[in-house]
Amino acid sequence: MLQDLAAVDTHALAATAARYVGLLPLIPLAGFLVNGALSLIPAYTPGPGDPSTAGHEHDHDAAQAHAMDHAERSGATGDDHHAIARHPFAGVTSVIGPLVLVLSFALAVAIWLAMASAGEMNTPYVQHFFDWMVTGDLKISWAFQVDQLSMIMVLVITGVGTLIHIFSIGYMRDDPGYPRFFAYLNLFVAFMLVLVLGASYPVLFVGWEGVGLCSYLLIGFWFSDKANADAGKKAFIVNRIGDFGFLIAMFLLFANLGTLDFTGVAASASSLGYDSALVTTICLFFFLGCAGKSAQLPLYVWLPDAMAGPTPVSALIHAATMVTAGVYLIARSGFLFAMSPTACITVAVVGTLTALFAATIGLKQWDIKKVLAYSTISQLGYMFMGVGAGAYAAGMFHLVTHAFFKALLFLGSGSVIFAMHRAYHHTGSHDDAQDMRNMGGLRKYMPVTFVLMWIATLAIAGVPPFSGFFSKDGILGAVFARAQHGALAESTWLGMPGSAVLYVLYALGLVTAFLTAIYMTRMMLYTFHGPNRTGEAEQAHLAEAPWSMTGPLVILGVLSAAGGWLNLPAALPLGPVGVLEKWLDPVVGAATAAVAGTTGEEVTSTEYFLIGAAVLIAIVGIAFAVARLKPAALVRKRDALPSHGFEHVLEEKYYVDEIYDDAVVKPIVAGSRNVLWTGIDRGIIDSLFVNGSAVLARGFGWIGSQMQSGETGAYAWAIAIGALAVLGAFTFR
Amino acid sequence: MISEALFFSAVLFIIGVVGVLTRRNAIIIFMCVELMLNAVNLSFIALSRLHGSANGQVFVLFVMTIAAAEAAVGLAIIISIFRHHKSVDLRNINLLKG
Repeated sequence: MLQDLAAVDTHALAATAARYVGLLPLIPLAGFLVNGALSLIPAYTPGPGDPSTAGHEHDHDAAQAHAMDHAERSGATGDDHHAIARHPFAGVTSVIGPLVLVLSFALAVAIWLAMASAGEMNTPYVQHFFDWMVTGDLKISWAFQVDQLSMIMVLVITGVGTLIHIFSIGYMRDDPGYPRFFAYLNLFVAFMLVLVLGASYPVLFVGWEGVGLCSYLLIGFWFSDKANADAGKKAFIVNRIGDFGFLIAMFLLFANLGTLDFTGVAASASSLGYDSALVTTICLFFFLGCAGKSAQLPLYVWLPDAMAGPTPVSALIHAATMVTAGVYLIARSGFLFAMSPTACITVAVVGTLTALFAATIGLKQWDIKKVLAYSTISQLGYMFMGVGAGAYAAGMFHLVTHAFFKALLFLGSGSVIFAMHRAYHHTGSHDDAQDMRNMGGLRKYMPVTFVLMWIATLAIAGVPPFSGFFSKDGILGAVFARAQHGALAESTWLGMPGSAVLYVLYALGLVTAFLTAIYMTRMMLYTFHGPNRTGEAEQAHLAEAPWSMTGPLVILGVLSAAGGWLNLPAALPLGPVGVLEKWLDPVVGAATAAVAGTTGEEVTSTEYFLIGAAVLIAIVGIAFAVARLKPAALVRKRDALPSHGFEHVLEEKYYVDEIYDDAVVKPIVAGSRNVLWTGIDRGIIDSLFVNGSAVLARGFGWIGSQMQSGETGAYAWAIAIGALAVLGAFTFR
Repeated sequence: MISEALFFSAVLFIIGVVGVLTRRNAIIIFMCVELMLNAVNLSFIALSRLHGSANGQVFVLFVMTIAAAEAAVGLAIIISIFRHHKSVDLRNINLLKG
């Protein structure tokens, strides 16, 4: 203990801003408390005598009734909700909500600057706050860990989080639940920071569960629509399956190593045995947790439904931060995964298949947010491909650039929905504000959003020099390199040579990149190009969102465009090469080297060929989409004909939800109803135990009552015989 | 001397017990109970004399006192039963059956 303290005191970060790391989650938590307290005050007071038409002013009643009607008609399309009455303390929330994020971000930058000036830092700065759980051999302290990996995550969370919070002011201000929204959002950031700062698996797990809770609360933010509440429950339940895996992995780690903090596990991990069944099991259980949280096959089903939440939530939680927690966990546990080539290749295979699978579904979605949701699943698949191939820096790089361009895409779609919604609201139309078939030609009305979303689209499609090109190329290049040599290429996976598997993954990655370019271009063409299909009357009301909303978009646009300079490949020395990789080297360098082997990274002609192939595929994808898709031929949603054949299968998302419903949900419901409820609960417990004991007691009571004849003579006889029996027993014993 | 006294006491007690068990008139049962008490009292006196101790006689005084109290309460109950049922035959009185 004393040694630990001494070690902390002599650490390079000991006397810097890093000692305030404990404040990082506390600042947003304070925001949660303030906004949460404000949210307890209702936005409007019910009218006298008639609570059903509660309105702040009577003029609003008609509009509100119309809003209700509108929300019901359009069903569960998420953001299609109306202002009923602005919250009386909306102004306070508008200041407090984003302010705490700005403060957190400032502190994060201060810590980051301290780290940058501290120079070489090979051991993490661990700050111990208090002993959390001490029982027997188990000793878990509440400690935060500042190192290069957690710092990247903290900067992304607070930086992108700040922009999204600012955007939310404009987007959510007129919602009666405005303070509640910011309370949840602040709480989410607090838990997310605990997740990335935790110095041990249990502390990480607290954040992991906390962000799950906030995700649930925010998906079901408009819980008065049953579909939204159901989407929240679905996310929560599917994540429980993953969390089960996380817990089992932690139990196994503790049972075999007796410690759960990252430094302790990393130091003793080698005792698990290289490529042993045990380490593979632990890694795969961790990956089950990641598959739940990061929406990978087969647990991805909650993420598309999570789009029921407000769009800033989709941007912050379901694109930029929470869903990448799985990638972070694997990068953090790199020392474990590096010991199990089997687990590594499994992660890469699942990631690649998810990327491909989700990309195909994204081809035929009409809801703009659903396209982005499947795109997110697909990009998360890429990240897992990267960290699975042991390219932790490349995976984290894609995590960062994805946070930029996907947050931009979601906030941009939020702007579009905001404009569409306002237009439909003005005319009282009941059309779907999120369906791309009702959009079209929006570039005329929203030029800023149009340009910024094209930047993000080019970034995600992998067109140089935008950020996504460099990060996606880093992952694909790493997979190709691992297929050529290294521990993964020499291992076998399910009897197949690892090298062959990785080559296939690389090819599938290229196919996914092609599909990515197509579906993103399709989204842009249908949303911003071609003729406008919103409606004659609505066109007058289509306009750009206020600057409080477009401002964050512009910043994200700059980051999406220039983010690639964070980690330029050696083959393209357009500036300092591999900054992020060098930055992360103290954390993940050893694990990367263990997976990749010791061969030096020289620039070869193969690399230029790979880069050329990736660029070509992206450009061909975009060109293909532009040539094939005709926005002019599109009809509005209400006039649209049903699709047929494979297109319809894609539009229905391969019927996965239906299959899960039939294969899992319905058997569980039927089993619960017929076996557990009628059989065990009503049959055994109610009939046998509860009513049975009552019948038994009543029977004994009846027998006893029959002895009470009321005949005094009989009692006298009983006493006499009893007395004789007692006397006899004493006499003849 | 002592054996005759105890024998007499036992006979008295058995007469009392048989009376309680066989008769159905409340007054007679009551009298039989008193007979049993007095049989016990006789044993006390005899044994007190045998041991040369006054303890037995003290007990007898207690029993007589309590028996007097009991007689007062018991007779009162019997009277109220009679007022209610116009009879003191215990066969008719079985309200407290289960």
